[in-house]
Amino acid sequence: MNNELPPGLALQKVDERIMTLNVGPQHPGSGHMRIIVQIDGDFIVACDPDPGYVHRGEEKMAEYRNYITNIPHLERPVIHDSCNILYPYVLGVEELLGIEVPERAKYIRVIASELNRCVYTMYWLAIYGIFLGHSTMFMWPAGDRELLIDLLEKMTGARVTHAHFVPGGVRNDLPPNFEDVCLRQVNYFEKRIKEYAAIFYDNPILIARTANTGVLSRQDAIRLGTTGSVLRASGVDYDLRKKEPYDVYDELDFQTNVLKEGDSYARSKIPWLDMMESCRIIRHALQKMPKSGSVRVKLKPNPKGKGLDSVYKRVESGRGSLGCYIVSDGKPEPYRVKLSVGSFRNLIALPYLLKGEKLGNMPAVYWSLNYWPVEADR
Amino acid sequence: MSSDSDNETIETTSDVTPASTKASPTPEKEIELPKFEKGLADKIVEKFGTRVKVAFVKPDRVRINVGRNDVKEVAEFLRDVLNFDHAESVSGVDYPNDKEIEVVYHLGSYTDSSLSRQVLVLATRAQREENPIPGNDATKLPSLREVFYSVEFHEREIFEMFGVYFQGHPDNRRLLLPEDWADLPPLRKDFAIKGR
Repeated sequence: MNNELPPGLALQKVDERIMTLNVGPQHPGSGHMRIIVQIDGDFIVACDPDPGYVHRGEEKMAEYRNYITNIPHLERPVIHDSCNILYPYVLGVEELLGIEVPERAKYIRVIASELNRCVYTMYWLAIYGIFLGHSTMFMWPAGDRELLIDLLEKMTGARVTHAHFVPGGVRNDLPPNFEDVCLRQVNYFEKRIKEYAAIFYDNPILIARTANTGVLSRQDAIRLGTTGSVLRASGVDYDLRKKEPYDVYDELDFQTNVLKEGDSYARSKIPWLDMMESCRIIRHALQKMPKSGSVRVKLKPNPKGKGLDSVYKRVESGRGSLGCYIVSDGKPEPYRVKLSVGSFRNLIALPYLLKGEKLGNMPAVYWSLNYWPVEADR
Repeated sequence: MSSDSDNETIETTSDVTPASTKASPTPEKEIELPKFEKGLADKIVEKFGTRVKVAFVKPDRVRINVGRNDVKEVAEFLRDVLNFDHAESVSGVDYPNDKEIEVVYHLGSYTDSSLSRQVLVLATRAQREENPIPGNDATKLPSLREVFYSVEFHEREIFEMFGVYFQGHPDNRRLLLPEDWADLPPLRKDFAIKGR
């Protein structure tokens, strides 16, 4: 018996029919995580997600650095959505330190956040496409994503790891002529993503593979505490940009997208619809933004909170609600930083969705959860 | 870089704090308590009396501190009567000086639209061991998994990161840490990053 491998480490026969199969952590179909599935023939009877292969201890590291030096490393879990993962942290620090943000900075943040949401979604869409065997859907988003990356590079100086949001505003003002370039690129981008309908979302093969697979009912979506596109694809209208508007979202004109089906198709469609709303938000924000003014409040070096205090802030990221719980004990370093990320919260749905599905449908279900393993592990 | 000058400089330490601490406590408490949130806190206090302690009432945030024996009952009340239906986040916070580890549940509601802005913070504390043997020492709390299904993975994470064993949780295996991790639970304050 001692020679037996630990459970889940080897391809092993459990009995005549049930076989345990490890998907990942190196398998490209799982990302940086392992999904242990038990299959009966072609059907999944049980699934046990095993994240943690890219755990970096971000929360521990945050306790050793001060509020400002935490910024560049806290965005690492999702570098292609780095503005949104910093957003709740920055909002929280502002509340702890009592900082008032200039109006123009709020608009710049909203624009950066929406551009970043599109960048993230395009990356995800490219992966979703390729795992359904649709290689054009890999190339198109990967190419069109560059438009927005260029914009963000102009804005922040870095292609993906922006570290642009700081307590009190944003690091730099917009470069000259940014508004015109942004408007032009975003309009073109919107035109491009509308073309995805014909090649991808209306494609009968895609619909055949994803419709009615991995159906999550409204009740279960709420009970499991899912968030973001997973929740809204199951018919729950909950978007923090509407429900708990932060910065200037309450002044901007957009709507939230809700679908009722709760299947993989609906889950993959919501982020795409959201990108069009993002374009609307960006256009409206560019129009409403104060044309000049301060973009950052000057802080004292090593800012501190006032005694024992805690704050929980949340924003809507590309993967759903992203909460940041900061505990301060009056020192320049936070006492505790907890990131509650959408990927981690949505992962709990995976075993329920995969049970009874065919093994071949696993990528369609898994990637529709809008799951990013590095973010979930932190 | 914004070159707007010292007018906007925020003085966090010297001038502002003493003045505000002197002036604020009485008027702030009178004015600032938001009505809806106050109502939520009152309902909980009405039901449980001295067994719960309202730590703060801020706009959209109410924090309740509960003893570890009452946490499950309070959570059931929050779910059944006040309509909080899921946990947004569950965090552990280590307080070595108090010899306690705090577990903080951030609860939200999708179904009740009047609560969509609210996050109810439910905090409880477990006894902290100097030399922890995760799962086999006194650092234990009742699991809220039966009340809020969504805490399943969060509680697993807290067990491995802080050594708080959740009684009644069906699956207390490691989640993020390697299977052969033999050191202290890493988010405890006495686990130091090497080289720091």
